[in-house]
Amino acid sequence: MFELVQGWLQRPNFIAFVILFLWGLYITVTHHNLLKKLIGLYLVQTSVIFFLVTTGAKDGATVPILIPGETVVQPETYVNPLPHVLTLTAIVVQVATLGVSLALVAGIYKKYGSLDEDEVLKRLE
Amino acid sequence: MTYSFELPLLILLILTAGGAMFVKDLLSAVLILGSYSFFLALVWAWLGAVDVAFVEAVVGSGLATVFFVLTLFGIEPRDTLIRRTPPPIAAVVGLPLLGLLLLYAANDLPAFGDPASPASTYVSPFYLENSLADTQTPNVVTAVLMDYRAFDTLMETVVIYTAGMACWLLLRRDAR
Repeated sequence: MFELVQGWLQRPNFIAFVILFLWGLYITVTHHNLLKKLIGLYLVQTSVIFFLVTTGAKDGATVPILIPGETVVQPETYVNPLPHVLTLTAIVVQVATLGVSLALVAGIYKKYGSLDEDEVLKRLE
Repeated sequence: MTYSFELPLLILLILTAGGAMFVKDLLSAVLILGSYSFFLALVWAWLGAVDVAFVEAVVGSGLATVFFVLTLFGIEPRDTLIRRTPPPIAAVVGLPLLGLLLLYAANDLPAFGDPASPASTYVSPFYLENSLADTQTPNVVTAVLMDYRAFDTLMETVVIYTAGMACWLLLRRDAR
C-alpha cells in the first residue's frame, strides 16, 4: 500500500490526468444540459492528450528543436517528439468535431427551444 | 526533475476544471474552460512540448471558446442556467471505482521523465538523429508532421473540410 502511494506521488501528472478524466466523464454522464455535456467531453479529450504528452517527457531534456551546428545528435538531450506530432493532429480534429457538435446543439435549440435533455425528449413526443 | 514549477500549474488546472464543472451559468463555465485550456498550454510548454502548447493556446483556448460563445449568442438567457438533479447511483459508485482502477495501474507505468522508458527508446531516437539530414528542418516535430507523416496531415485537412461542410449544412438559414 505504501509503495502504491509512493508510486502515485512520483507521477503527479498521472493523478491530474485521472482527476480531469473522471471529472469530465462525470459531467458528461450526470448533467442534463447539452452544452455542459460538451464541456465534459472537452475535459475528457484534453486530459487524454495531456497523458500522451506526459509520456514524451525526459529528465533534463530540452525542446525537440535541434541546436544548429551540432554534428552528432544525442537523442537523450531532446524530448521525445512523436507524442507531440500525434497530439497536434488530435487537438485540431477535437476542435473540428467540437464545432460540428455545437452546430448540432444550436440546431436542436432552434427546433425545440431548450438545451435540457429531458425537455427536448418531452417535446419530441 | 523538480515539480516546484509544475505543481502550482497542475493545481490551477484542476481548480479551473472544477470551476467549469460547478459554476451555474453556462457563459461563465465556457470562459473558465478557456482559462483551463491556457493553463494546459503552460503545462505543455513546461513539459517541452512547445508546438502542442502553441496549438492548444490558439485552437483550444481561442477557437474552441469562440465556438462556445457563438453558440451561446443564439440562446435565450433563461436557458443558460443549469438545472441540478441528484446524480444517478451508478455514476457516483462506478466512476470512483474506475479511478481506483486507473490509480492501481499507475505503478506499472514508466517513471515520469525516465529517458529509458519504452516510448523514448524504440523509434523516436531514429527521428531525432536523422530528421535534419533527411528533411533539412531543425524542428523535429515539423519534420515528422510535414515530411514523414505528410499524408496523415493531408487527410487531416480532409477531416476539417468535412467538419466545416457539416457545420455549414447544419447552420443554413433554410435548414429544416
